[in-house]
Amino acid sequence: MSDKKVLPQFFKKESPKRAYMDSLQVLDILDRNRLVQTGIDFAGVDRSGTFMQMDDSVVHCGVQQPGVEVMSTEEAVSRYDWLMDYYWRTVSPETDEYTAYAHEHSRHGYFIRALPGVKSTQPVQASLYIAENGFAQAVHNIIIVEEGAELNIITGCASGHAVRTGMHLGISEFYVKKNAKLTFTMIHNWGEDMYVHPRSGMIVEEGGAFLSNFVCMHPVQELKMNPLTRLVGPGALVRSHSILVAQPGVKMDVGSRVYLEAPNTRAEIIARALTTGGDIINRGHLRGDAPGVKAHLECHGLILSKEGIIHAIPELEARVAGAEMSHEAAVGKIAPEEIEYLMARGLSEEEATSTIVRGFLNVQMEGLPAELQAEIDRAVKQSQDSIM
Amino acid sequence: MLEINGLKVAVAGKVILEDINLVINDGEAHVLFGPNGSGKSTLLGAISGFARYQILDGEIIFKDVDITHKPVHERALLGIGLMFQRPPTIKGLPMEDMIRICGQGREVPKELPERLNFAKFMHREVNHGFSGGELKRSELLQLMAQDPDLVLLDEPESGVDVENIALIGESINQLLDRDGLNDNALCPRRKRELRRKSGLVITHTGHILNYVNPDVGHVLFDGRLSCMGNPRELFGCIQKIGYGECVRCSQTCS
Ligand SMILES: Nc1ncnc2c1ncn2[C@@H]1O[C@H](COP(=O)(O)OP(=O)(O)OP(=O)(O)O)[C@@H](O)[C@H]1O
Ligand SMILES: [Mg+2]
Repeated sequence: MSDKKVLPQFFKKESPKRAYMDSLQVLDILDRNRLVQTGIDFAGVDRSGTFMQMDDSVVHCGVQQPGVEVMSTEEAVSRYDWLMDYYWRTVSPETDEYTAYAHEHSRHGYFIRALPGVKSTQPVQASLYIAENGFAQAVHNIIIVEEGAELNIITGCASGHAVRTGMHLGISEFYVKKNAKLTFTMIHNWGEDMYVHPRSGMIVEEGGAFLSNFVCMHPVQELKMNPLTRLVGPGALVRSHSILVAQPGVKMDVGSRVYLEAPNTRAEIIARALTTGGDIINRGHLRGDAPGVKAHLECHGLILSKEGIIHAIPELEARVAGAEMSHEAAVGKIAPEEIEYLMARGLSEEEATSTIVRGFLNVQMEGLPAELQAEIDRAVKQSQDSIM
Repeated sequence: MLEINGLKVAVAGKVILEDINLVINDGEAHVLFGPNGSGKSTLLGAISGFARYQILDGEIIFKDVDITHKPVHERALLGIGLMFQRPPTIKGLPMEDMIRICGQGREVPKELPERLNFAKFMHREVNHGFSGGELKRSELLQLMAQDPDLVLLDEPESGVDVENIALIGESINQLLDRDGLNDNALCPRRKRELRRKSGLVITHTGHILNYVNPDVGHVLFDGRLSCMGNPRELFGCIQKIGYGECVRCSQTCS
């Protein structure tokens, strides 16, 4: 990827303390402009809970629904001594320089939990925001959806308008217990010189479902992530949808790994990668360890410019007989026949191209509240306007 | 409506059509017969303006405008519409959006999808996973929303089952302003005079002749328009003695 590795040590370890806010509505308008594109609702009325961290400080935290817990992981650790069992269970500190740094220096991060049988009526929102230029933000997030519970979480990660450069390191560990369901939507809105290294691991138990949506359509210097979901109980399910758009100068190395460890588990990974000049490596790795598993991997890439690379690396690894696994990868330019087809209906070449791009990025993400789907549609439209 | 003079067309450097001369007047429907690979789709593609059909010679005049080198969408906006033989899939674009696009800013009648038995496909991605017959209806629906003055139909009825063929036939009649044939208020001549729409229809099966009563038939053979005549007679001749003999016969006869 890059010629030399940009390490967390290159950035500031400290940031000024940020004051707590009773409501996100008092956020500076410039910050709000950065966050609004990540689906954050400032009034928080249509949310079951809200968490916001600015640099190293938790600036807002609140819950609206009984049975749903939202707090900083540091607070959660002091409250629950059992929580240490959930730390570093799905991601190892020794993974790389970034996990090692996070292990040493991470501050806060969100802890979101639904108690057994509790179904969140509205999404919980969490925002990780970098306001300090040159800062390396390291957080440790933990989500636990207890037996039979349901959570819908929207996370917006962004950097402030005045942040030229910086780094985000996020360790995320999600636990979806028996017959529980987690819908997790993450929207990134970084700056051009940001280095972003999320490291995530998920464990889904029997009958549990993890639905993940990831959208990154704004410039970022480097984004590298390859979360691993382990389906450890029979019938567990994961669906992962991502939309990646890389403008010139952007380097993304984004993947999804799923280990289907228990019988009759299912996985579906769908990615749309589009470059207008940046480089995208899109990985996918499905491993079938048990009989009766079913998994599909789909990566479609579209190249809209002379420069720009899309490198799709789909991998299937079946370790037992009777694992049903498939993949579909297609990378290329827009087919001229498709453009001409739309032109024959009366669209100009540019209109035809943008119609095809919009269709390409139109991945129906599951479990999204209508307003967030609208938000994503708008973001698609916006990024499209900026690239066309 | 359409006038083609001395047209020579190549695909990937290979000459496919040579010395094509064709006049379609306002309100006329023509059919085009010809063996596989003779260049029928190439002719419709050249009229539509697709880049892979290189025009080496000749001209295409539509509504008195020289469109020989005009981009595809300008031709569409001028009133040319094509039903594709093999339409591509447009991923992520719902049919309903496509129909709106076809309307080119005009209101598309709401009952149109229902009439083509296509209402339940309106949320599907354009042509994605459509069966052969469904593709035909998708194309026809798009064309009806587009409502072109020159209707180019590339094998509208091939692969369509017996029940849907009537539907397709009626829709084509409507596209060509030829519906209401049983409306006796107007005498047939007057009806013909009122017609504005023109068409060029490719058919192998000839089924379409049972629904649309075309005015002129042509046979494209070896890249040339080799004979012209009454559509039914030509089709009968082709059925009986084959394209080669038919073309030879008409060349000697006429
Ligand atoms: N890219 C290409 N390179 C070489 N030959 C081509 C290319 N595209 C089309 N052709 C040839 O042009 C000829 C005419 O094709 P066309 O599609 O116009 O035939 P058609 O009359 O419509 O046939 P059919 O009845 O089978 O639809 C065919 O022989 C075809 O193989
Ligand atoms: Mg053809």
